[in-house]
Amino acid sequence: MALAELVDATTEKKQTTEAVLELQEVSVLYSGKPAVKKVSCTIWRNRITAIIGPSGCGKSTLLRSLNRMNDFVDGVTIEGQILFAGQNLYGEAVDPVEVRRRIGMVFQKPNPFPKSIYNNISWGPSINGYSGSMDELVERSLQQAALWEEVKDRLQDSALNLSGGQQQRLCIARALAMEPQVLLMDEPCSALDPISTAHIEDLMFELQSRYTMVIVTHNMQQAARVSDYTAFMEMGNLIEFGETDQIFTRPEKKRTEEYVTGRFG
Amino acid sequence: MAFLTENAQKHLANRHRKSRLFALLCAIVTWSSVFLLGVLLVRITLDGIGWLNWNFLTSFPSRFPAQAGIKSALAGTLWLIVMIAFISIPVGVSAALYLEEFSKRGRLATLIEVNIANLSGVPSIVYGILGLAIFVRFFGLERSLISGALTMSLLIVPVIIIASREAIKTVPMSIRYAALSLGATRWQTTWSHVLPSAFPGIMTGVILALSRAIGETAPLILIGAASYVAFLPKGPMDSFTALPIQIYGWASRPQAEFSELAAAGILVLLAVLLLMNATAIFIRNKTEKRLK
Repeated sequence: MALAELVDATTEKKQTTEAVLELQEVSVLYSGKPAVKKVSCTIWRNRITAIIGPSGCGKSTLLRSLNRMNDFVDGVTIEGQILFAGQNLYGEAVDPVEVRRRIGMVFQKPNPFPKSIYNNISWGPSINGYSGSMDELVERSLQQAALWEEVKDRLQDSALNLSGGQQQRLCIARALAMEPQVLLMDEPCSALDPISTAHIEDLMFELQSRYTMVIVTHNMQQAARVSDYTAFMEMGNLIEFGETDQIFTRPEKKRTEEYVTGRFG
Repeated sequence: MAFLTENAQKHLANRHRKSRLFALLCAIVTWSSVFLLGVLLVRITLDGIGWLNWNFLTSFPSRFPAQAGIKSALAGTLWLIVMIAFISIPVGVSAALYLEEFSKRGRLATLIEVNIANLSGVPSIVYGILGLAIFVRFFGLERSLISGALTMSLLIVPVIIIASREAIKTVPMSIRYAALSLGATRWQTTWSHVLPSAFPGIMTGVILALSRAIGETAPLILIGAASYVAFLPKGPMDSFTALPIQIYGWASRPQAEFSELAAAGILVLLAVLLLMNATAIFIRNKTEKRLK
């Protein structure tokens, strides 16, 4: 089975690390209607966690609740707790702006600012009072996102002139410039061609040693290729959560097996 | 066209005919209004061009047509434009930003929205009465430039709000999310991304609104702008006249010379308008290019 081989090839390091995010019975409701129902799981440091599941299963909703991007949706309520460094993200004393600064996000469609490449990277740090050398930070972020070589001679060009794949890597670089503790990715490759997708996946491997990542994807091969842990969701429920090779080769739940073998979804 | 049956061919030909007919109709309507405008312009130019010279621009009004000029009216209009811009743009754009970016959707927001839409349709003379009652009388600002500018601002703020909101709405949500996900506050997002992206659209609305303001006569007459002013306003509290008032004053005199003076005044007013619009369009295009 091709999937199993892929999984074996990519998951050698198996020791657990410390928890970065702990979800405790998290429910997300839109105007009282639950989109995510009592999800509990742990996101481990320096690991890539994939959330998979059929369309409308609540995976993006769950992801957006991890850095409080759901706050901007009218009528949304969150129940349960999400612990980040021991503190509930939805606690009274927590400032959502601070949460988003520390938990970055890359969106489904590349959304660079209509500004220069340089300013795309520098804006976030500058509004947050970054005081080091901005040029260095821009270079470092672009290098981390494997974009530096392609754009180093035209940093003042508009970001909108880049290709879709380059724009998405720019968005990743922009998020990395904030040096977030967690990077959330909401189907980051769904608008990209296969070559750009491969670029992004390579990049995720590179970044793994420094960042904790959570990726939502509807592409099972992608989840199998890049992630250490996989969460399978259906109709707002977390059906199964575990190490990726276990989910793809020895799923405990019947529904998971049916989904990963392509029998539905 | 062998692959179509005879019937289908006829039907298709018929549809093409209808399409051409409609295009022709649209062209006729468009060109007839352009034609009317052209006739009007030619007429006014023929009447007024003879009076249009440096003397006309630099003389105060007079009861002798040969010595009459529009110095004070032109100065009054320029004062008004600047003051109206300084009052109405910040108020209008802020209100639009508040309604689009900050206010919670709810009954209060809907109430404000409906009111703004209604206000933009209120006849200008009503604003004149309002200005007279509030600014001239209640606040005791007298028949001054500031009264005129405030009244005119009342008139155009709803227009600016509506146009600015439309421009702000066209800024994609993804840009806002990108900024917010970097730990920006609502205000930082709005100031650095939403406002610059909406700027060209806002400018268009502002140009149209300001153009309307400097052409308006009724509110100024009501708040008591004088039609004979033989001095230049030195500050916002001075009394004033404006181009439309001066034109109106001349046009209502029986002598033929004065109606020609009115035509010359109209030409000056048009020139001011065109200059203003050209400047604004220039600024808009420049910023548009910068964004791309």
